[in-house]
Amino acid sequence: MHSQARRLFKLALSPVLLLLGLLSTGALAEEAQRWQMNLSPGVTEVGAEIYELHMIVIWICVVIGVVVFGAMFYSVFTHRKSKGAKPADFHESTAVEIAWTVVPFIILIVMAFPATKTLLEVYNFEDTELDILVTGYQWKWKYEYIDENGENVAFFSNLRTGKTEIYNEDGKGEHYLREVDEPLVLPVNTKVRFLVTANDVIHSWWVPSLAVKKDAIPGFINETWSKPLKTGVYRGQCAELCGRDHGYMPIVVHVVEQDEYDSWLAGKKVKAAKIKSLMDKQFTLDEQMVAGKTVYNQYCVACHGVNGEGGIGNAIAGSSIATGDIYGHIDMGVNGVPGTAMQAFGAQLNDVDMAAVLTFQRNAFGNNMGDIIQPIDVYNFKQGQ
Amino acid sequence: MSGQSNSDYEAYYVPEKSYLAIFVSLTLFTTLVGAAKILNDMTFGDPAQETNSWFIFTIALVLLLCSMFVWFRTTIVENRAGMNSRQLKHSYNIGMQWFIFSEVMFFAVFFGALWYVRNLSGPWLAGEGEAGRLNDILWPGFTYNWPMMETPQDAVGISNQVIANNGEMTGPARNMSFPGWSNILHWLPLWNTIILMSSSVTAHIAHLRLLAGNRKGQNLWLGITVALGFIFVYVQYVEYHEAFYEYGLFVSSGIYGSTFFMLTGFHGFHVCLGAFMLLVQWLRSARSEHFTPEDHFGFEASSWYWHFVDVVWVGLFLFVYII
Amino acid sequence: MGAHGPATQGLMRWVTTTNHKDIGTMYLWFSFAMFIMGGAFAMIIRAELFQPGLQIVEPEFFNQMTTMHGLVMVFGAIMPSFVGLANWMIPMMIGAPDMALPRMNNLSFWILPPTFLLLASTLFMEGGAPNFGWTFYAPLSTTYAPDTVTFFIFGVHLMGLSSIMGSINIIATVVNLRAPGMTYMKMPMFVWTWLITAFLLIAVMPVLAGLVTMMLMDIHFGTSFFSAAGGGDPVLFQHVFWFFGHPEVYIIILPAFGVVSQIIPTFARKPLFGYDSMVYATASIAFLSFIVWAHHMYTVGMPVAGELFFMYATMLIAVPTGVKVFNWITTMWKGSMTFETPMLFSIGFVFLFTIGGFTGVMLSLAPVDFQYHDSYFVVAHFHYVMVAGAVFSMSAAVYYWLPKWCGKMYNESMGKAHFWISFVGFNLTFFPQHFLGLAGMPRRIPDYALQFTDFNTMSSIGAFIYGSSQILFLFNVVRTIVAGKPTSEEKTWEGAEGLEWTVPTPAPYHTFSTPPEVK
Ligand code: HEA
Ligand code: HEA
Ligand code: HEC
Ligand code: CUA
Ligand SMILES: [Cu+2]
Repeated sequence: MHSQARRLFKLALSPVLLLLGLLSTGALAEEAQRWQMNLSPGVTEVGAEIYELHMIVIWICVVIGVVVFGAMFYSVFTHRKSKGAKPADFHESTAVEIAWTVVPFIILIVMAFPATKTLLEVYNFEDTELDILVTGYQWKWKYEYIDENGENVAFFSNLRTGKTEIYNEDGKGEHYLREVDEPLVLPVNTKVRFLVTANDVIHSWWVPSLAVKKDAIPGFINETWSKPLKTGVYRGQCAELCGRDHGYMPIVVHVVEQDEYDSWLAGKKVKAAKIKSLMDKQFTLDEQMVAGKTVYNQYCVACHGVNGEGGIGNAIAGSSIATGDIYGHIDMGVNGVPGTAMQAFGAQLNDVDMAAVLTFQRNAFGNNMGDIIQPIDVYNFKQGQ
Repeated sequence: MSGQSNSDYEAYYVPEKSYLAIFVSLTLFTTLVGAAKILNDMTFGDPAQETNSWFIFTIALVLLLCSMFVWFRTTIVENRAGMNSRQLKHSYNIGMQWFIFSEVMFFAVFFGALWYVRNLSGPWLAGEGEAGRLNDILWPGFTYNWPMMETPQDAVGISNQVIANNGEMTGPARNMSFPGWSNILHWLPLWNTIILMSSSVTAHIAHLRLLAGNRKGQNLWLGITVALGFIFVYVQYVEYHEAFYEYGLFVSSGIYGSTFFMLTGFHGFHVCLGAFMLLVQWLRSARSEHFTPEDHFGFEASSWYWHFVDVVWVGLFLFVYII
Repeated sequence: MGAHGPATQGLMRWVTTTNHKDIGTMYLWFSFAMFIMGGAFAMIIRAELFQPGLQIVEPEFFNQMTTMHGLVMVFGAIMPSFVGLANWMIPMMIGAPDMALPRMNNLSFWILPPTFLLLASTLFMEGGAPNFGWTFYAPLSTTYAPDTVTFFIFGVHLMGLSSIMGSINIIATVVNLRAPGMTYMKMPMFVWTWLITAFLLIAVMPVLAGLVTMMLMDIHFGTSFFSAAGGGDPVLFQHVFWFFGHPEVYIIILPAFGVVSQIIPTFARKPLFGYDSMVYATASIAFLSFIVWAHHMYTVGMPVAGELFFMYATMLIAVPTGVKVFNWITTMWKGSMTFETPMLFSIGFVFLFTIGGFTGVMLSLAPVDFQYHDSYFVVAHFHYVMVAGAVFSMSAAVYYWLPKWCGKMYNESMGKAHFWISFVGFNLTFFPQHFLGLAGMPRRIPDYALQFTDFNTMSSIGAFIYGSSQILFLFNVVRTIVAGKPTSEEKTWEGAEGLEWTVPTPAPYHTFSTPPEVK
């Protein structure tokens, strides 16, 4: 009987050991990989702590499992009628009941200590060095670097993977669904505070390697932080069901050296200042047509077609709105049509680009309005809303 | 119940078959489908378009009420024919008690929601507390007060709010809270509290009369209870009228209006239901001499329900109107 | 009243019946139909996730599938199946002639078919079926919902009504109709677990009703419960939902515990170990289930004190659940076991449910849950407890009591095949999902990054295997009913105990018209 029990025990243990052998291979990587089976410790201290806690609990569960299932399968294999086992008739024991109430309780307390410590660490917002406002939109992220002098830098980050890849018409690139047009850029070794909120429905900002997941609640700001210790590219995606394209809302974070970050930010600021200066400028029709075409091809073409012939969206060529009242047209661009694919572009496009693309629509594809929408018109429209 | 002898059980009556359930089920279902269609027409529909929603709803509702009437009538007839064992009557008692418990939990949701917005999310929106200290960014200028006369949207302006526009949510012009000692006599909720509390007392007196075998007294006190119930509903109607037309207070007046009408509205609905139940018991007693001191489940259940509705009002009066 | 048959024959027998066995049968068949429907939705999900890229459905429809799968499985398959079991077994186990309120019992059932017909028909309506997940968080389910959300809301009201009436009935039956001598502490465990489940249902179904009512008001009447602009809070929705939702998951599992507590002693030929502590453990789980709800919301931005409270409370649930697991194993210990299909499923239950429980404890640790939350790790967790928990125990129950119900014996080898294929298929489906979640795959997505391909393919293959094994189950049950080997032994199983095994086989239409005396 005794040797059989030992054999069974080994038998029960071997798949577990095999499994853990496999698990540990995943643990070394920062970037999610094929066949990855385990959590990654990521590139932050908190992430490493979480990973450790995770492993501790797995091991505790494995040990409990070995004991409990060991006992069960031992019984299943030996106390069977076919082997002539006769039923015993014990059916209660207060001592045993107390023991197996108290022992798990103690085990839980053992788990609770490191868990509490890590949780308090996650909630420790002291000494954050950089604030970034993260806003979820259906279905893209907006990042705004908050600056003490009010020179905030803000931009949207959209999925870059094309429809043809998604619909299997083209081969899928290496970072299929986890690539964006403009990534978030962070300086390394900096404790960054993320202020997370949403514009429409609830989203959740999740980058496993940064050990951050925080829900973006419309109308409320949640805070969380991360301090990446290694440069690199870290990817994640929206983690709260937020409607049709919930699966197409990736997050890409470039963690770079401080000086690289500084020059990137400075570049962004220059660009922002330029847009500001353009606000009062009066553009000519030609200028607007050139600028507008670029914007159109970036933002509108997917739905309205290369020649404005329409598709998902209505045709722009001959459209009563694009050839109608200017303010109706601005309204369409700024506010979209709720409940349709035509979203509100007011927050995504700055006034300069908006003015350009609308002017373009009024004067391209055979539309021949001849009027020009200036940035200030869009600005005034938004103010008057 | 383990002490009972076998003979009790043999009297147990299981109806052979019944069409009641299927009628109630189908009419109830159709009523709700009709109601859903009405709401959808109202919110998403094209007003110019004729739909049959009201027709479906009305017909189904009438049929539902008829089926329920037949159902209750059947049980009463069976009981009066002596078909119900003591045990079955006890089952009815248990059933009613747990039904009231479910109603308690239903109201608990709205009280809970009120508690949550008043103590947690309201202050958070105004940038108070650990979880809200950053919300100034979203709602600058919003300060939290209860009753919330100015919503966050009011504070920043609808076109400046940072979340997508889901419609106008403007606070009321005035609220229903305690208007100060000098106006206390014009404060309808106070009168309603007095009315409803006394109706609970009269219901209890009616019960005592019933137990004492005094049918006249029972009818009198029960009648008074029903009358008080309907007076309450009338006063509530006056109060709503005032809210709409003088205070600019609607269901859509921000979270104050939402919670106010949800709580008082559902309570008012339950008062109507309870008063109607009592009215039926009064008719049964006054016209058909139903109920004996030993056997009066219909009366008892309705009066439990009535006391429950009364207790909810006390909670309402405290948490919606006073505190 | 004698032991004669139904008063009417044909379709009207079922429509008008007040008999607990008829109603139980209808519940069981209804729930199986819903299981197939929910399963079909799951198959669409798994087929789409077989490979990265969009192959067979559009994202919008995928979301509808996920939502309908969750809703139909939880409210249409699992809950009604256990209510059916309660209807059949509770009166027979406590020596009662029928349920306490037979006509209402019929109503509880007949509300369900039209309700689920309506829910299913939203798939064909303009705007499509509910697409906001079975947890339907606002404002996705309010401001941004398809118009059919109104039907969904009234559907939830109806389901709630049905559950509340069913539970009132069960409580009245158990409290009031026990045979003389059947004290509370002599009741079979299954009856105990249902008594407590019924209490949970009456406590939380109204909460769900209140919640959808608030949604209705937000959608159609301009209230602002879940909109910050008017002073409300979307997170309020989640608190109320999970106040319902967490007890709900124990509503699903407690009757399953009851079933397993009936079956293991039978096949171990040894009384249930620690009956009293089982009762107390069940009650403790029920109590704790009311104070842990926010463990689903660790990432919504609660104050840290809240996180800690809910974390500690959640961890505590492992203690009474552990007591149950240990008691089952000790019941087997030194028994004289045989391994007929019900026993196989019960052992499978104990094994796999415990694994699901372990992942539950991992999820309960707030800081680690920041990584697990809304990933496939959670999906793996809850399928371990709900499929290998509830569905396995339901399969066990059907095999266990089927001979008593219809007087025919099922085919044992087919039953065993069902178990083993299920066991392998199930683990192949859901074990790899742990890895997917840990590697960072979120749930509720129709398409995924390339590194998740391999385990998804594995999972899909497992799902098809597991799904197919249910055909075997259906076939076995139907074959038993029409052509099984007749049996008239009162006690189908050598080691079975309890009043249900003292009545003739198949159980006559009316049992215990005169209550038995229990010593
Ligand atoms: C039948 C249903 C069921 C059951 C029984 C459970 C049981 C448990 N669940 Fe689970 N859970 C769900 C269904 C269920 N759950 C569902 C559906 C969801 C997802 C909902 C959604 O978002 O859609 C979910 C999600 C969920 C979450 C949220 C995850 C997230 O979204 O981030 C958490 C977090 O704490 C959790 C915890 C637990 C715990 C601690 C238990 C415990 O009860 C488990 C206790 C059991 C054991 C621990 C095993 C036996 C014990 C021993 C052998 C003793 C010794 C053990 C130790 C000392 C560790 N569950
Ligand atoms: C008790 C409840 C229950 C049950 C039994 C199941 C059973 C199954 N579930 Fe489900 N599931 C949930 C409750 C349940 N699930 C919930 C609550 C969610 C969350 C929803 C949300 O996010 O909102 C979820 C989500 C969920 C997901 C995640 C979806 C997403 O995030 O997008 C997946 C993915 O693999 C999945 C798969 C399965 C599979 C393969 C089964 C299988 O066990 C099903 C097997 C059954 C059948 C297949 C039917 C019977 C068989 C036949 C009729 C034979 C014919 C079949 C073939 C030929 C193949 N489920
Ligand atoms: C994702 C799809 C999509 C994108 C991208 C898109 N649109 Fe649209 N657009 C639509 C749809 C759908 C409609 C029809 C809305 C309705 O139902 O009225 C529409 C309608 C319009 C109309 C009115 C046409 C008419 O006569 O009805 C204008 C003008 C317009 N869009 C401008 C733009 C501009 C400018 C951009 C880019 C900055 C843009 N759209 C990008 C989907 C899109
Ligand atoms: Cu955004 Cu999911
Ligand atoms: Cu839970």
